[in-house]
Amino acid sequence: MRFGLIMSEVGNGLRRNISMVVSVVLVTFISLTFVGAAILLQLQIGQMKGYWNDRAQVSVYMCTDSSTAGQCKLVEATKSQKAAVQDQLKSPALAGLIKSVTFENHAQVYKNYRTYFKDTSGADFITPAFLSETFSINLKDPKKADVIRESVASMPGVEQVVDQRKYLDPIFAALNAASLTAVSIAVLMLVAAVLLIATTIRLSAFSRRRELGIMRLVGASNRFIQTPFILEGVIAALIGSVMASLAVVAIVKFFVQGYLGTQARDTPFIGMSDTLLVVPILLVVGAVLAATSASFAISRYLKV
Amino acid sequence: MIRFDQVTKLYKGNTRPALNAVTLEILRGEFVFLVGASGSGKSSFLRLVLKEENPSKGQIHVLGQNVAKLTSRKVPYFRRNLGVVFQDFRLLPQKNVFDNVAFTLQVIGKSRGFIQEAVPDVLKMVGLAGKTNRLPHELSGGEQQRVAIARAIVNKPAILLADEPTGNLDPSTSAGIMTLLERISQSGTTVIMATHDAGIVDQMQRRVIELVSGQIVRDERQGGYQTQTIPVQGFGPASVSRANLGIAGQAEEVAR
Repeated sequence: MRFGLIMSEVGNGLRRNISMVVSVVLVTFISLTFVGAAILLQLQIGQMKGYWNDRAQVSVYMCTDSSTAGQCKLVEATKSQKAAVQDQLKSPALAGLIKSVTFENHAQVYKNYRTYFKDTSGADFITPAFLSETFSINLKDPKKADVIRESVASMPGVEQVVDQRKYLDPIFAALNAASLTAVSIAVLMLVAAVLLIATTIRLSAFSRRRELGIMRLVGASNRFIQTPFILEGVIAALIGSVMASLAVVAIVKFFVQGYLGTQARDTPFIGMSDTLLVVPILLVVGAVLAATSASFAISRYLKV
Repeated sequence: MIRFDQVTKLYKGNTRPALNAVTLEILRGEFVFLVGASGSGKSSFLRLVLKEENPSKGQIHVLGQNVAKLTSRKVPYFRRNLGVVFQDFRLLPQKNVFDNVAFTLQVIGKSRGFIQEAVPDVLKMVGLAGKTNRLPHELSGGEQQRVAIARAIVNKPAILLADEPTGNLDPSTSAGIMTLLERISQSGTTVIMATHDAGIVDQMQRRVIELVSGQIVRDERQGGYQTQTIPVQGFGPASVSRANLGIAGQAEEVAR
């Protein structure tokens, strides 16, 4: 009985205020899409940093039988070549710079590749033999990568020495900037959304002020009076949140995976599992913001 | 039932109090007229009883509860014991007679069964049994006020507050409303009615409390709109000489 009454009040309020409700839906939609994008960018940065930092600042790739780069001549690096590189890294000149060295054979490299690139198209076509055996070097000071390169790059059986950091810093900077931009836009839009929800609820309360006055006079409880208004705000915001969630999922599916994933195959991109973590965040943020601003807006009609 | 103890109400930005050290007691089942010029504090009195306002000074007890100590969560439940009627009816224009009365019960969570029984009963009592499906604008002023009274008493309140309920009505319609209020009073409800209508007060001969500038200047059992005797006054600052108040007519009367 009471539930039905409250829901019919909510329905009336939404219908009477339709243009305001639509604007609330749109503003929450846009703002939460930016929030979602900011979170996804941070996840992407985390994913890439994790990928590269866990490994090494400097990687020494050994030759495979399909490579002609560096010192390679379509011949797999021999055991003695690998031993020579290892000895070189252990020599007193270099050992002081190096925190740790790990050697990964084809199987290990392949395994790592599978973990990080499992959502990337094309991962299925790679076989262990394609992937270089690698000395992954963690430097005490990542800026000393050049020293390692100079002393190892020209050794026989070495395909190339790569300083990962050099590639990554600008990418991280760009991603961070994008993420910051998204966050600032999101914050501005959220402020607008909160104010708009509050205004909408005030309007809705104003258009029902006769009923509200009588409700207060005859002793309707405060919760009974405010629930329809809060639900009104929450429903409008939730519609916006659901739209934002769909937008975020669509961005990841069609843009990140569908476009970027095919353009830059060797970068680890965020996948659906990360995205599905963002969706509940957006729904909760939308609902909580709406409930707070609506109850704040209606509170002045409840003062006794 | 209602006890005011040295109650002063001062509105913000106003140096003159709306009510000034008012002390009075109203008992169960009494029918009380509250008379006085506009701005004399009648409406403030009613608002204080309803806890729509809080007193600046003094204590108010209504139905055995200290009104000042009611938390805002409890105020709604407190108000379920009070019925209120206004000069301007305050009906919901888009709801018909039945729904206007039922609305009161719906919003305090009464069951559908209770509403189906209570609303027709009360509408019959106020004499609107045949008009349950009319909209407010299809009714005369007197009928609208009957709907408002039905709404106020459908939950069987202990106290009915009426703020100039006949202010918008012609004399014969007013008489009908007064008959109704008297009937309600006889059933045990305390009725407090603020009014300007001298004819009604004189005719009814009930307890009359007269306010002038926020002070009680007269509290008379079976009184008229203007007193026939020297008023009974016994308390503090309220015992201002009527002559000093400089009210035309009343001052002459005292002089006589």
